[in-house]
Amino acid sequence: MNNKLENIKKLDVSNPLKLDCGKTINNFPLAYETYGRLNEKKNNAILVFHALTGDQFVTGTNPITNKEGWWASAVGPGKAIDTNKYFIICANVIGGCMGSLGPKNINPETSQAYGLDFPVITIRDMVRAQESLLKYLGIKKLLCATGGSMGGMQLLQFCATFPDKTFSAIPIACSSSHSAQNIALNELARQAIMADPVWDNGKYLKKNVQPKNGLAVARMVGHISYLSEKGMQEKFGRKLQERADYEFSFNADFQVESYLRHQGYSFVERFDANSILYITRAMDYFDLSKQFKGGLVEAFKNQKTKFLIISFSSDWLYTTKENKDIVIALNASGADVSYSEITTDKGHDSFLVNEPEFLKTLKGFLDSMYEKFNNEKRI
Amino acid sequence: MKNLTMKKEFKVIADLLENNTRVLDVGCGDGSLMALLRKDKNIEVRGLELNKDNVQKCIHKGLPVIQGDAETELYQFPNKSFDYVILSQTLQAFYDPDKVLKELLRIGNSVIVSIPNFGYWKVRMKLLFFGKMPVTKTLPNTWYNTPNLHMCTIKDLFNFCDEKNIEIKKVVGVNENNTSFIWKGNLEIKNLFSKLGIFLIG
Repeated sequence: MNNKLENIKKLDVSNPLKLDCGKTINNFPLAYETYGRLNEKKNNAILVFHALTGDQFVTGTNPITNKEGWWASAVGPGKAIDTNKYFIICANVIGGCMGSLGPKNINPETSQAYGLDFPVITIRDMVRAQESLLKYLGIKKLLCATGGSMGGMQLLQFCATFPDKTFSAIPIACSSSHSAQNIALNELARQAIMADPVWDNGKYLKKNVQPKNGLAVARMVGHISYLSEKGMQEKFGRKLQERADYEFSFNADFQVESYLRHQGYSFVERFDANSILYITRAMDYFDLSKQFKGGLVEAFKNQKTKFLIISFSSDWLYTTKENKDIVIALNASGADVSYSEITTDKGHDSFLVNEPEFLKTLKGFLDSMYEKFNNEKRI
Repeated sequence: MKNLTMKKEFKVIADLLENNTRVLDVGCGDGSLMALLRKDKNIEVRGLELNKDNVQKCIHKGLPVIQGDAETELYQFPNKSFDYVILSQTLQAFYDPDKVLKELLRIGNSVIVSIPNFGYWKVRMKLLFFGKMPVTKTLPNTWYNTPNLHMCTIKDLFNFCDEKNIEIKKVVGVNENNTSFIWKGNLEIKNLFSKLGIFLIG
């Protein structure tokens, strides 16, 4: 897997980046991928921010995992975000483990993997790092930036930090500050990892092992929170896993157990446990209103970006109410904002699956924004 | 026929508005009025709409729209954040039109409210001669499935504004043949012959 990571696109960011924690990183790798072609006017670029366990491989076949990209339902030729028409960019967040600087990289000071010596990063640090990619690609202004979940949080931060970098923005199923419930769920994931003796204070890479059990449990917590109660009941109910009756054991009797175990243990093949600690921490620290004295309204002051906020009715992780609070703040600051709640029982995961109403909304907005951006540039 | 009155209504509303202003269209439907105002008067438009299909249509047209219920969700708009707030033919459908109107006046410097006129002569005739709840082109539903909970006449809304000390700036009556201004002096007759009343208040 590490060999494969050598062959992916990486930008060496030479400008030092001062992190929110006070430390500075320099000469660090930022792994990214692009899809489609940047047109001559350079006005068809869309930046996608990925979520907690996502990566830069949005669509097509992920060269590292050989699985389909995480947003293939929405991005691709002829899809809602059409790669025949648009130029799509996505970077792996710093703190991640798909080629960008993260806790499994080698610390030049010790010649060992960083582990817990890696600085604690924030959503703002992630976003600032990605801005250098836009500079490198020569894109002054994006047509659109989008992302769901943590991707949406990065997007809100991006708009607040760089108010003039994107013509339009589609934050999906996210929040402007992480709620107590979400912090609690993240803590559960972290505790699962840290309780695994293999984790060894984050120094497991020295022994070339992963705290698989802890990481798998962390992933299971996530998977429960991404579905809705109704969706889970309909999908699994009390169905048994390839057996006629209970086994009177602690094996995975129920399909839902089998599903969680499968999701958990296949995840450890592609993800680094310390990255989960760092990225969930960044999410927990995210509170956009805290950064601006006047609160969230101040964060969006003088926004020229045209927003479309999308939430899902059965999402209990990033609720409609939390998404609406963003709409209210944008309204209060006089920004151009649209809002749509998609009715679905697919929970938080709705943005990653084939949800026709959602994809239709995405496409409609994007295409109308492209037309507008094109006209505006001509004037 | 309904479309024709709607076109007329939109034209009257557009004429009441100044160019280059900020307008919130409450219950904006598929965005037809917003598109017209943006194109012809360079107005910065925003819409609030409950129906999901209509929200989709607005988004596809590139019109900013917020999915939500005017009855409960107007609180999200700050005081005097729009030059005008428009409410086209829905006041009578709210549970609490008084409260909604107050909210509209809080959000906009001025408010444009249009109502299907229950005082229109054909409506009166139907009730008088047939003894049945009137079904007309502007009031197409029957009593049991009408969304209109609080039907009123142009005169009612006129008096309502007086009672609540809401300034009436202009009132326009619309029927098939013409549009005309309404004031206290011609209120009785216009209340009889207008299908639609359009009020500029606040």
